[in-house]
Amino acid sequence: MKHLLIATALLAFGITLKAEDPINLLNVSYDPTRELYAEFNAAFAADYLKKTGKTVKIDQSHGGSGKQARAVIDGLKADVVTLALAGDIDSIADKGRQLPKDWQSRLPLNSTPYSSTIVFLVRKGNPKGLKDWGDLVKPGIEVITPNPKTSGGARWNYLAAWGWAKKANGGSDEKAQAFVKDLFAHVPVLDTGARGAGTTFVQRGIGDVLLAWENEAYLAVKETPDAVEFVTPSLSILAEPPVALVDKVVDRKGTREVAEAYLKFLYTPEAQDLIGKHFYRPTDPSAVAKYGDRFKKLDLVTIADFGGWAQVQKLHFADGGIFDKITIK
Amino acid sequence: MNSPVADKPHLTEPAWVRRILIGIVLGFLGLFLFLPLTVVFVEAFRAGLGVWWAAVSDPVAWHAIRLSVTVTILCVVLNGLFGLCAAWAITRFRFVGKGFLISLIDLPFAVSPVISGLIFVLLFGAQGVMGDWLSDRDIQIIFALPGILLATLFVTFPFVARELIPLMEAQGTEEEEAARVLGASGWTIFRRITLPAIRWGLLYGCILCSARALGEFGAVSVVSGHIRGQTNTLPLHIEILYNEYQFAASFACASLLSLLALLTLVAKRFVEWRMNQHQSHLKTTP
Amino acid sequence: MHFRSHSVLPGFGPTLGITVLYLSLIVLIPLGALVLKTSELTWTVFWSTVTDPRVLASYRLSFGAAAIAALINAVFGVIVAWVLVRYRFPGKALIDALVDLPFALPTAVAGIALTALYAPNGWLGQLLTPLGIKVAYDWKGVVVALTFIGLPFVVRTVQPILEELGKDVEEAAVSLGANRWQTITRVILPELWPAILTGFALAFARAVGEYGSVVFISGNLPMKTEITPLLIITKLEQYEYAQATAIAVVMLVVSFILLLLINLLQHWISRRRA
Repeated sequence: MKHLLIATALLAFGITLKAEDPINLLNVSYDPTRELYAEFNAAFAADYLKKTGKTVKIDQSHGGSGKQARAVIDGLKADVVTLALAGDIDSIADKGRQLPKDWQSRLPLNSTPYSSTIVFLVRKGNPKGLKDWGDLVKPGIEVITPNPKTSGGARWNYLAAWGWAKKANGGSDEKAQAFVKDLFAHVPVLDTGARGAGTTFVQRGIGDVLLAWENEAYLAVKETPDAVEFVTPSLSILAEPPVALVDKVVDRKGTREVAEAYLKFLYTPEAQDLIGKHFYRPTDPSAVAKYGDRFKKLDLVTIADFGGWAQVQKLHFADGGIFDKITIK
Repeated sequence: MNSPVADKPHLTEPAWVRRILIGIVLGFLGLFLFLPLTVVFVEAFRAGLGVWWAAVSDPVAWHAIRLSVTVTILCVVLNGLFGLCAAWAITRFRFVGKGFLISLIDLPFAVSPVISGLIFVLLFGAQGVMGDWLSDRDIQIIFALPGILLATLFVTFPFVARELIPLMEAQGTEEEEAARVLGASGWTIFRRITLPAIRWGLLYGCILCSARALGEFGAVSVVSGHIRGQTNTLPLHIEILYNEYQFAASFACASLLSLLALLTLVAKRFVEWRMNQHQSHLKTTP
Repeated sequence: MHFRSHSVLPGFGPTLGITVLYLSLIVLIPLGALVLKTSELTWTVFWSTVTDPRVLASYRLSFGAAAIAALINAVFGVIVAWVLVRYRFPGKALIDALVDLPFALPTAVAGIALTALYAPNGWLGQLLTPLGIKVAYDWKGVVVALTFIGLPFVVRTVQPILEELGKDVEEAAVSLGANRWQTITRVILPELWPAILTGFALAFARAVGEYGSVVFISGNLPMKTEITPLLIITKLEQYEYAQATAIAVVMLVVSFILLLLINLLQHWISRRRA
């Protein structure tokens, strides 16, 4: 009797778990894109149904960018990856050999349909008077950032700080390193992803300033307008979160066509409008015109100024690299 | 069970010492048990019953609940059957290496949950020992139900066996041997003699196993892939909500799991009570 | 010399076969993969990985905090067991049942609940912060989480021994002129030591590897508040598989030793009780 019950229960669960739609895409993304892709997926599915008559269901997985790349390398069957930085997708190409090394040339604008930058989020009224990077290393200031080892956003944070310090010190990398070291000495909590860091700062009330993606900072201000406000530093970095098709997966699943359509849809005016709405910097002219005044003009260094991701990864973030040297005394 | 020791003044402490000790216990448990439990329920219902219900009945949450329950049932059945086999072999026969075997069964208890997840990534991940073989045959183990199940099985491995072994050891083999001599088959002996004697212990082990399986986080987190509505168990769903600034929803799901934990405790109490009854019954009727 | 001695009962072959097969599939082969992966490293690389300053700092935190938590649990666990066995007071049955809560409560739930309590803007954090005491995002937070996780173990190992302990020994001690303090320290406590140690070891073993509840409440800063299991995850997420497994092997060896110790202790207890 008991066995019968268990068997039926199992069967019931088994069946409900198996029920799936005909076309299924998995988008493996980084932390702050949850809201964007929730809306974008619905828009794409509607558009795809209208154009082809086929229903597509898109599953999402979110987490720290490095961690997500690791999961794909380990066999998480992502049709498309939309990660925080090109370096992580390079890793999937290198270590997982799941897509060609020239993946970035397959879509317009270096495979980057939207960009963002790194800004400061401070307590309401900016009680510590934090205006620019130099203010963050004053005595007693606590800075919140995720761990550059696991979070893509944190790597942009790190490079933005480096870029500012290098410029402020007449191009000296040594002085920039000293500044970044000083900056990380002001960090009391190192979360693994951008979202964890945001929670620590906004909800748990730790720290005086959060180094955040521009879109994350906007979202936090929108959610808790009485608690935090936005500060744009004089210089930051052009953060480019790219997207890519994972060839090995789509060929096996037979989803190449829909996955390609999915990524191309990111460049359409409709999607670009969503992108602007969710506080990413759009690339489409009409969306730029519509949302342009949201995004302050500021000096932006680029990843090319650092010699590209391969170089940056090796020099700064690999084991025994500069980041390890400055955080471990 | 409660001996009236406290009534004999020379065998107990002065009243003020008793009060202080009781006070310490209430303070310690209050700080470490009641307060965390209260905070879960208060945070869960802070935004109102409507928000709580919306969070718990959300399709993604509902899928996470179903996945957690499925994995838990499978775990209890598999580890339960294993526990019975292991206990039978270990307590009914003497053989070389028995002590070592018992230690090996205990091993997963002491292994960090993170390592429990890691080993299955090393084995079944695309870069792992069996990665190519599996991907050639299109078999998905980690980042899917089998991987989550394996990690949970590992973590809850010892519970049933560990409960049954001392129980069956204490029970002895006379009745079973007598039945055997009278010509009963092994299966009959097990069903008619062994099982009735150990059923509460078996249930107890299954309760422990299901409690741990339902709430496992570390090991499952490594092998899950965190696909919403696909491979997120309820504890992982709580973490995701927490990271989406949806605190009320996160605590709502947490309160659901806490409720299940409390139910487990009630069931456990009941079984313990029945086991005590059973044992005193055995003692009075030789 | 036979592999097993004779028994009239059937089923030895199949049950032992299933046991060993299942044990191999779920536990031994996967753990073997860990050792196999580590063997890709040379001895010097292995050694420098597991003795890296950051790794050493994480051992200090993981083992140190687990030891402090197990010690707290040993002290309070004995008091809890004592009060539950010896005294009568309202709500005792409820408290007795609730002691197992940390075992049944998912660790992630424990993590967010403890963080909500001890964060600077939390219920207790608000009271502690003005006093300059920082619990969440500090090593103290790790100790709090690990104390919670290990709470049932000492209580549940000491309780049955205390229940079985006849009052006749105490009567005898009193009739020989011992006062209450002497009776407790000289007669009762010596009987409890093995159980306390077992409980301590179990709580310690559980706490060393704990991940779910700690990551929420710890600051996760390298060298300061990074526990070893988190370091393993971090290495894993940077594709440093061999390094992750090397650290895991170190933890595994420690687990083995702890387990051996626990089994020896339990063997000792059952011999004493027999």
